[in-house]
Amino acid sequence: MSKYTTRSIKKASKLKGLNLAITMVDLTTLEGKDTPGKVASLCQKALHPHDDPHVPPVAAVCVYPSMVKHAKQHVGGTGVKIASVATAFPSGQAPLTTRLAEVRSAVADGADEIDMVINRGAFLAGEFQEVQDEIAAVVEACGASRLKVILEVSELETYDSIRAASFLAMEVIRPGDFIKTSTGKTSLNATLGNNQVMIEAIRDFYLDTGVAIGMKPAGGIRSAKQALQFLIAVKETLGDAWLTNERYRFGASSLLNDLLRQVEKERTGAYQAPYYFSEAAESY
Amino acid sequence: MATLTAKTTKQAPARNGRPAPELIFGDLWEYDPAPETADPKLLKRYELFINGKFVAPRSKKYFDSINPANEQKLAEIALAGAADVDAAYQAAHAAQRDVWGKLPGRERAKFLYRIARLLQDRAREFAVAETMDGGKPIKESRDFDIPMAAAHFFYHAGWADKLEYVAPGRRALPLGVVGQVIPWNFPMLMLAWKIAPALAMGNCVVIKPAETTSITALKFADLLQTAGLPPGVVNIVTGAGETGAAVTTHPIAAKVAFTGSTEVGKLIMRSLAGSGKKMTMELGGKAANIIFDDAPIDQAVEGIVNGIFFNQGHVCCAGSRLLVHEPVADTVIAKLRNRLRVLRVGDPMDKNTDLGAINSRQQLDNITELVNSGISEGAKMFQPPCRLPSKGFYFRPTIFTEVTQSHRIAREEIFGPVVSILTFRTVEEAVEKANNTPYGLSAGVWTDKGSRILKMSTELKAGVVWANTYNKFDPTSPFGGYKESGFGREGGRQGLLDYAKLV
Repeated sequence: MSKYTTRSIKKASKLKGLNLAITMVDLTTLEGKDTPGKVASLCQKALHPHDDPHVPPVAAVCVYPSMVKHAKQHVGGTGVKIASVATAFPSGQAPLTTRLAEVRSAVADGADEIDMVINRGAFLAGEFQEVQDEIAAVVEACGASRLKVILEVSELETYDSIRAASFLAMEVIRPGDFIKTSTGKTSLNATLGNNQVMIEAIRDFYLDTGVAIGMKPAGGIRSAKQALQFLIAVKETLGDAWLTNERYRFGASSLLNDLLRQVEKERTGAYQAPYYFSEAAESY
Repeated sequence: MATLTAKTTKQAPARNGRPAPELIFGDLWEYDPAPETADPKLLKRYELFINGKFVAPRSKKYFDSINPANEQKLAEIALAGAADVDAAYQAAHAAQRDVWGKLPGRERAKFLYRIARLLQDRAREFAVAETMDGGKPIKESRDFDIPMAAAHFFYHAGWADKLEYVAPGRRALPLGVVGQVIPWNFPMLMLAWKIAPALAMGNCVVIKPAETTSITALKFADLLQTAGLPPGVVNIVTGAGETGAAVTTHPIAAKVAFTGSTEVGKLIMRSLAGSGKKMTMELGGKAANIIFDDAPIDQAVEGIVNGIFFNQGHVCCAGSRLLVHEPVADTVIAKLRNRLRVLRVGDPMDKNTDLGAINSRQQLDNITELVNSGISEGAKMFQPPCRLPSKGFYFRPTIFTEVTQSHRIAREEIFGPVVSILTFRTVEEAVEKANNTPYGLSAGVWTDKGSRILKMSTELKAGVVWANTYNKFDPTSPFGGYKESGFGREGGRQGLLDYAKLV
């Protein structure tokens, strides 16, 4: 991975990378104490990350199913999508019927995208067909909404398992759907290592079948520097066609303000204090 | 395949005759130039370093050193003649007898430690000078060559006061004065590999850097003055073949250490036969990098790339023969081609450059000649399309497929960014092919099966066997070869033994 962390990205190419990363952020709030007010604040930030009109909006907001209708009031009809976690996020430990009902309900409330979790218990017990059939059922429940399949890499643990789970998911999802690293609710989330394993799986699947699946690393990416390293990995593994929010997203919250700080630094030449940038309560 | 495959009834959707998908590695997001700007503090002219001082050569002759990235002259280097080499040996002999040989190991350790620290302090300056003189990417001299050279001095500083453990039960004494000749592929690192153990053991040194890369050695001499190293302990005489011959045949030399081509190694050994001098030779290689079907393929591809394109392939232990298990040959070759498309070839001073300049016009000609032989002997060549700078010596990363043991490109050391790909069917065949070479320096084995790693490392006739990795070095790890790759070891306790006489 040092080949990615030792690239030197400066000046215009750095600014371009930072702005690209901003358009790829799925701005996220997934807390027990989320309220309509918190979601409203998040949505405004998603639409207008900064006073500077040149700063683009993010890709999506990511919320719990009960918050979807509140998000819709603010970003409905704009370019910012509404992503909802579903399927008994984060554990996934609920009967399939309730998990699917949750998906349908979020979609009905206006979710453009669904972030599901796979059945890790079944996977680790070797019940691969069951895992895959469940994913296929969620695809159906999504209807026209985009699906992102969370593998929960920290529970799969080994790169072998992550690669195998990636293929398992990709075989039953549609072009434009995503695979995603983590719920963000465990102590180990997206790293350059698991990002690399998953984008290599995406690449091999694409070269074999022509089906292009997207990638979303989530959790643990807090700095602009890290985000650029992930984008370098994408550029040098998947190529230009994946450098778009149609195929790559960052599941993050505090990352956005660090991207903005770096953009302003490139523009003005001076580092910016944190209080120049709007924050919701407790930095999302 | 990898140990885990999640088997389900669903197959990946077939392409049904649609055209094969391609990845686009274009200019959507270009990296801006990122030149390293630190000052290498080069002089216009470098003198010889004899008896602690910079002195002009008796002949008053100098030769030019150029930057292979752009063919511009960097400096003039003194040309040492036989008289200068003799002066160096006299200084070394006196220093060893009267000063260095009498110092307790603990005191020698302090000098070695000081040298290591000074090299770290001036690391960036040395890294830039190394890149400009030799052509390797700044990323490599900054992150590998210079830190590893400092590590060798630190490591041997730790040994200097513990010599009773080099050969437990026996006393390890210095040999006296050693003559050393080093190559141009890792100038500072090869200098560290030679000088650090020699000094730790109480010897004094007369060393000749390669003629195309003398600058960092002479900057190192300046560093030795700052360290206050007693005069005559290290003497640096620059020049080409004639100077080298004077260094290796001088009567005062108790031992000669040479790193370079097998051809020149043989010349030196012939000239020293019967002289009673101890010798160590670290010569060429044609390493087999062996990929089995259960290897983690993407990681193996990274290992292949590192094995042959690191330092433009100017590495004695480079993985220049790829032996790939037939079941996965097509997969590995396809992934290798894709990987080559994102290798960045160009200005070594740009921090994003992966493959820098070839060290000299002569080396570029050697590589070109061998590559042409590969084409004319019927192997299939692939090079990614990339623009090369108009000045300077550059060669695109190259892979040859459909190579067999009878091709010249499978037998002769190319010493460039060229890998020859052969296939095999069984473990026995892999071992046989890997060993079917006069060389025996290194090898790589890529497999998930631990028992196979153990079996192959026993049966491969290579001094260094890397398992699921490549080009891993450490001062503690003895490095050296079998057969025509030479004899003797550098690094670790074994390396120190080669600089000692045991009583």
